[in-house]
Parts: sequence; structure tokens; C-alpha cells
Amino acid sequence: MNTVPDFEAALEAKGLVKTYKRVRAVQDVSIVLRRGRVTALVGESGSGKSTVAKLLARLVEPTSGEILLDGEKVRRVREYRRKVQMVFQDPFASLNPVHTIRYHLTRPLKIHKRSETVEELLERVNLPADFAGRYPHELSGGQRQRVAIARALAAHPEVLLADEPVSMLDVSIRLGVLNLLLDLKERLKLAVLYITHDIASARYFADETFVMYGGQIVEGGDSETVTQRPAHPYTQLLIESAPDPERSVMALDAPPEEVTQVSTGCQFAPRCPKVQSRCWTEAPPRTDVDSYGHWAACWLYVEAAA
Amino acid sequence: MNFKTKLGLGILAFFTLIAVIGSWIAPYDPSAMSDDLLSPPSGSHWFGTTMTGQDIFSQVLVGTRGVMVVGLVCGVLATLLSILVGVTSGFLGGAADEALSMLANVFLVIPALPLIIIVASMLPSADTVLIAAVISLTAWAWGARVLRAQTMSLRRRDFVEAARASGESTWRIIVFEVLPNLMAVIASGFVGTVIFAVMLQITLSFVGVISLSTWNWGTILFWAQSNQALGLGAWWWFVPAGLCIALLGTALALINFGIDEYANPRLRKVRA
Amino acid sequence: MTFLLRRAVFYLVTLWAAITANFLLPRLLPGDPVQAMITKLGGRLNSDAMASLYILFGLDDNKSIWQQYVDYWGSLLQGDLGLSFTFFPTPVADVLSQSLPWTLGLVGVTTVIAFVLGTLLGVYAGWKRGSWMDNLIPMTTFLSSIPYFWLGLIAISLFSVTWPLFPASGGYAPGLVPEFSGEFIGSVLEHAVLPGITIVISSVAGWILGMRNMMVTVTAEDYVLVARAKGLTQKRIMFAYAARNAVLPSISGFALSLGFIVGGALLVEMVFSYPGLGYVLFQGIGAKDYPLMQGVFLVITLAVLVANLLADIGYLLLDPRTRREG
Ligand SMILES: Nc1ncnc2c1ncn2[C@@H]1O[C@H](COP(=O)(O)OP(=O)(O)O)[C@@H](O)[C@H]1O
Ligand code: SF4
Ligand SMILES: [Mg+2]
Repeated sequence: MNTVPDFEAALEAKGLVKTYKRVRAVQDVSIVLRRGRVTALVGESGSGKSTVAKLLARLVEPTSGEILLDGEKVRRVREYRRKVQMVFQDPFASLNPVHTIRYHLTRPLKIHKRSETVEELLERVNLPADFAGRYPHELSGGQRQRVAIARALAAHPEVLLADEPVSMLDVSIRLGVLNLLLDLKERLKLAVLYITHDIASARYFADETFVMYGGQIVEGGDSETVTQRPAHPYTQLLIESAPDPERSVMALDAPPEEVTQVSTGCQFAPRCPKVQSRCWTEAPPRTDVDSYGHWAACWLYVEAAA
Repeated sequence: MNFKTKLGLGILAFFTLIAVIGSWIAPYDPSAMSDDLLSPPSGSHWFGTTMTGQDIFSQVLVGTRGVMVVGLVCGVLATLLSILVGVTSGFLGGAADEALSMLANVFLVIPALPLIIIVASMLPSADTVLIAAVISLTAWAWGARVLRAQTMSLRRRDFVEAARASGESTWRIIVFEVLPNLMAVIASGFVGTVIFAVMLQITLSFVGVISLSTWNWGTILFWAQSNQALGLGAWWWFVPAGLCIALLGTALALINFGIDEYANPRLRKVRA
Repeated sequence: MTFLLRRAVFYLVTLWAAITANFLLPRLLPGDPVQAMITKLGGRLNSDAMASLYILFGLDDNKSIWQQYVDYWGSLLQGDLGLSFTFFPTPVADVLSQSLPWTLGLVGVTTVIAFVLGTLLGVYAGWKRGSWMDNLIPMTTFLSSIPYFWLGLIAISLFSVTWPLFPASGGYAPGLVPEFSGEFIGSVLEHAVLPGITIVISSVAGWILGMRNMMVTVTAEDYVLVARAKGLTQKRIMFAYAARNAVLPSISGFALSLGFIVGGALLVEMVFSYPGLGYVLFQGIGAKDYPLMQGVFLVITLAVLVANLLADIGYLLLDPRTRREG
């Protein structure tokens, strides 16, 4: 098993916070994406995953926190976009219905002054060259998502942010798209952020996994460890309720939108089966669970360590 | 394209043709007087004659151009204004949006007709193009309001975000990503503005604030009204011009239905 | 409450804009027709009336534009709109206060009738898609494409000239004295029939169409489908669920298009020589009577704004949750 430090950090976020009016969508998220590695961000809907992706893509300004690309702050947005690209969740919404596939792919090539051709890009994502002349509505969901990936690749990025790239696709074609991403990661040494609500796919697909709840990352570590020996009660719940995590987790207590955010203490306290009295008042710190950098933010492990 | 839309386009094409060739095919000089005073429709005067023996058929033919020109000029000017205001305020949001939509609403709420009547009657020479410009100033607000709402819903769509993530500039996103998706709304706003402008111009001619030296359908009605055509029973003096207005208006409205149904499939008629 | 407050601010801004436009227009546009008129009337103007026309139309070149603006507001706030040339030497304010009730009565009643009738027909057409009612829609398009004033002309030619059923002009029979008597009221109603029907026919189509399209959109919404699934009666769903939600945009549309409708109604008054503001405006046009025309514009704007405020309150009553701008 590879240990983390072997891979060079491409994108590093420190203490990201995003607040919309009264909603704290993202609170104090720190995450590192490494070249040639897939990092999964897992959580139920509304937990703030897309907001993290948009913050990292600089589509949304953070309320506080900083983002370092190759160890530096990048001022010019266009330069940043050349290195950090994003694939959106819904391939039916992320391509402009009035433009051809050729237009979608030509634009980033022009903007970032790349010499490749549209046909070469299509070939990379295993689509026939004659798709260039078609309109998005003439393509299936999986084909569109491949186009969206090709568009992201056009800039020759170092970092690819994939926000639930297969959740809107038919189950039968999901694997094909995921394998394409894995293959590209290997060949282009991409740092990939893979966002999903399906923790089982994180195990298969990602090297590292972070679990998000209520705008915070509550557990992180090697994918194998996090999925096989989950430490945080929320992660355990996610694993138990697989393969359909959305439905079963939603069925617990209150739906997530109506869970009032806990101002101090653990965000998960209102739904946690192992909640203790101090969970309500004090925020649990990041605590190492075992070796290999597996950690969780939960009082249970502070006790164990003490 | 359904039958209604085709019908609308057909009628519009017909009037456009008349606007171009009307003054050549008119059998008489529309202003020339003759001895056939106030005669009902006949072989030599298809739509009859006025009190001074002018040929009404020729007046309608020649008058078509003024109507269509004002409609077209206003349609273009007001549509440009509405795109500028509506799309900008919808895309930018915030304080700019507040100010621009307040401006549009003020223009919508203020009763345009009396205001334009005042402006038109104060202008020393109210010629066709000047009147068209003044009408455009009052006609853009509705389109701007609709475009703003549509733009706001497009602004948060993923393909706009995706274009930004690709590195597109704001103005390119507005012009090449958002605008093409608004074409149906813009087209229907254009047609609506043309209807509004045509009606307003005819109305202004009818009440006598626009120069009567050029013919349009409204001027015919003005002379009919001021010469008591009604009391004299000279129905032919005001019926043809009115029917032309109604036909042109219906044609444009039918075209607009076609655009609406194209853009909003729910409005299509259920097929049994 | 914030909703009404926002609207109130908006109406004040609109009123300010209208008044300022009134102030600026005669100063911006070339030509001095008012000066010409004053010269023509010569000694027949007394000094007070002369002074107020100078203030209203900015004929005193020695004053700064700002001073003129302050004086202008001063005049308006005292209700001084100058003298009418057409009805010389009656003050404009007096002319308007005589004709305003006629317009409010005719336009108010017919607009409400057209709105209610059009909305009900629209609800039905939208609910029964593809029924005979729905097929009448193209017909109503034709009707709404006819200019108000031309429909008025046709109405006169048919029902006053060819078949003399109703009077063609005026607000009541000549020779009658306005008073609270059966004869006078009867005459007023008789004179209102043709202009009233004209206004209703030309404006009803717009409401039918707007409401029909809203109904079509709303009936596909979840809550209507749920109500259908719950087995509620058709009529109940149609009114309590679908129509109630569909009518809200219709009401805000009503408010916004009021200025337009009133314009059409003014024309009908012109055609029927109905003694309201429209006819007064018409007489003003012929005489280039700017004090009168501008007075009419201000009064109509004020009336439209008040009607808008009423529509807002209606909106609030139907949808108490509203806090956003319509
Ligand atoms: N533009 C926005 N304005 C207001 N609230 C937002 C916005 N975007 C996201 N949120 C809120 O932030 C929270 C996290 O949303 P999101 O990041 O989309 O979660 P996820 O992608 O995990 O489903 C949600 O409560 C959502 O309602
Ligand atoms: S800190 Fe407490 S409430 Fe939060 S997950 Fe751990 S045990 Fe549950
Ligand atoms: Mg999401």
C-alpha cells in the first residue's frame, strides 16, 4: 500500500468556510489533492460536497480560508482555470443545448491556447470523431458526460474536480465512465477529486476517502481503511445503509435540511446513536484512529486515546 | 410548425409585400380628389371613396408602408433596449438589478398613451421615424421584464457555471451562452412589441397628433372620423383600414403563439 | 408588510418620475406653444393665472432650473395645474375634477368586469384543454387585435346608426340636469352600454389567454396531481388548488397592464364623446392645450397607481405568504 507522502500535493485547501445568508454550507474544510491519486469526498445530499467543489474550482468565493495550487496562491483566475477543471453532476444541464459538441470542445482549446484538435479530445474519452457535429440532445447521458470530461481535459489540467460524475447515469454505464477517469488519472497524472454519495464506489475508485457531514469533514484516511473499518458513527451508518445510502440515511430521524445546525458541539449529535453529553457543547477535534493517517472528528476516539 | 403559425406568417408576408409594392400598384394617387364623392365600393373604386372623392383602396395600399416601417423600427429598437436592460439586470443581480428592474417597472406602470400624445404633439415635426423612436422608448419595458426573469433562471444553470469553469469571460458567457437560449423569448418579445407599436402609431394618427401628410391606416380613420363618416353611413371609409389592423395584429399574435408553444411544450394542444 | 412597503416606495418613485417628466418635457422639447397661446389670449389672462402658467411651463428664463423645479412642486402641491385654453378660463383642476368620476365609473367597472369574466373563462379553458372553449382562443386573439377605438366605431355604426338602439355619444341625454333621479341614472346607464361593452370585448381576450396558459402550467404541478390523486372533486381542485395559484400572476399582470388598458379606454371615451378624461384629452389635443393634457396625464397616472396598490392588497389577501416583490 502506498503511503500518502509519496505523491506530490497539487491542490491544497486550508480552513475553507462558505456561508450563504444563514446556512453554513461549508465549515472549516481542509483537504489535499495529490497528483496521480483519486480523493473521494462522500456524504449525503446537502452536506456541502458541491459547494466544496465549486470553492475549489473558484466558481464561488470562500467566506474565509485559502487555496494553494502547487504550493502557491494563484491570483489570475484564468491561469487557475488552466490547471483546475471541473466535471458537473448533471450532464443534461452542463452542456449548452444550443451549441454543438465541437463548440464545447473548441472553446477551452482556444481559451487555453492548446494545439490539440477536437477529434483528438473525443478519442481520449472513447467517443467517435463524428460526434463533433452533434448537439447535446442527440447524445445519451453517458456520452454527454464523456464530452464534459473531454472539455475539462482540453485545458491540460493538473486537477480534475468531478462532482458526482456518474450519479445521473444509468447504473449499467457508470463503471465505464469511472474506469475512463481512472485511466486518465494514470496516464495524465491527474489529481482527481471524486465526489459521491455512494461510499461503496469510493472504496473501489478512490485512494483516499473523506466523509462529509453538515459542511464538515468528519473522517478521513485511506479508502480501504475508512470503508472497511469506519470510525465515525456517521460513516458507520453510511456503510450499514449501503447499497442505497441516500434512502436509508434519510429515513433516520429528521431529514437533513431540517436538522438545525448545532452552534457548538458535534454537528451529528442530533442523529448520533452514540451521542454523549459533551457532544452537544464541545466540538470534537480531529483524532488519529489508527496508523496510516486514518482520523475522525468524534469524542469516542478522544476517550480511547486518553 | 402548425397551421396557425403558418397562417400568421402568410398574412405577415402578404402585408410586407404590400408595404414594398403598395405605392406602385395603387390605382390612384391616395390624396387626389375626384368627382366620385363618398361613393360606396364599386368596380372603379374597390373600397369606395371619401368625402372629397379620394380612392380609399389606394390609401390603404400606400398607407401599409408607414405602418410596417414603424412596427419594424420600433420592434428592433425596443428589443435591443429590452435585451440590454433585461439581460444585464438578470445576469448581474444585486444593486444593478434592483435599479434596472425598478426602471422597467416605472415605464410599465406609467400610462404610455397620454404621455406619448403629449410628447408627439409637442414635437415640431412628428415624422414617422421620430415617432417610432418615441414609441420604442415606452415599448421596451415588458420585454425587459420577461428577459430578466429568464436570464435569472439561466444564470445558475450548470452550463453557465461550466463555461465559467472553462475560463470564458463574463461578456462571452452573456452573448454566446445565455443569449442564444433566450432566442424564443426575444423573438416573442419582438413580435409583441411590433403589435404594440403598430397599434400605438395607428392610435396616434387617429387622434390626430401625428403629421397627416403621410398616409397610414390610422390617418384614414382620422379623416373618416373627422368627416362624420359614421353619421353619413359611409361604412367603407373605416371598415377596410380597421380590418387590416385586426388582420395584421392577429397574424403577429398567431406567430407569437407558435413561438410560445415551441418554447413551452406544455402549451401545445393535447392531441386526442 | 415589507411587501406593501416596498410597493409603496415603488409607487412614490413612479409618481415622482411622472411628475418630473411632466416638468421636463415642455422645457426640453423645442417650440413655445404655451407662450404663443398666452400671447394670443393677451389681456384676458389675469396676473395670477399668467404667473402659474409661467411656473408650470418654465417660461421665466431668469430662474435657475432648480428654482423652477421647486416652484413647480409648490404649484402642484396647491393643486394648481394652470388654466385650460380649451375651456378658458376654467382652471385645469376644475375640468379634471368634473370628468374624473365619469372615467373612474366607466373604466373601473368595465375593467373589473373584463378581468373577472376573462379569468373565469380562462380557468375553464385551461382546465378543459381541447374543449370547445379552448378552441375559441384563436377567435379571442382576433378580437384583442382590434383597436379599441375601431371597435367603438363599429359599435356606433351598427347600434346607433343602422339600428338606433343606444345613443352614440355623451354621458347622459342632453337637457338633463345631473341629479340623483331615476331618469338621470337611467340615461347614464343607457349611455354607458356601448362604450362599456366595447371596453369589455377588447380587453377580455387578454385575460382569458393569460389565465388559460397559467392554468395549463399549474395543472401539471405536483400539488394539483396530488389533489387529483386524493380524489377531490374536479370543481374543488379547479378552484381551490389550480385557479388560486394560477390567478396570482394574473393579478400582478393586471396591475402592470393597467396603464395600457386605461390608454385604450381613454380612446373609447374619445370615440363616444364620453365626458371623461379621454374626451377632455382629445379636445385638448386639437387646441394644443398643454396645461390640460399634462393635467390629464398626471391624474391618470395617479389613478393607475392607486389601482395598482389595490391590486397588491388583493394579491396579499389571496397569498398571505407573499413577502417578495411580485
Ligand atoms: N447558492 C446557494 N445559495 C444558498 N444556499 C446554498 C447555495 N448553494 C448551496 N447552498 C446550501 O448549502 C448546503 C450544501 O449544498 P451542496 O453543497 O449543494 O450540498 P451537496 O452537493 O452535498 O448536496 C445546502 O444546505 C444548500 O441548500
Ligand atoms: S462526537 Fe458524539 S455526537 Fe458526534 S459523532 Fe461522535 S459520538 Fe456522535
Ligand atoms: Mg451536490
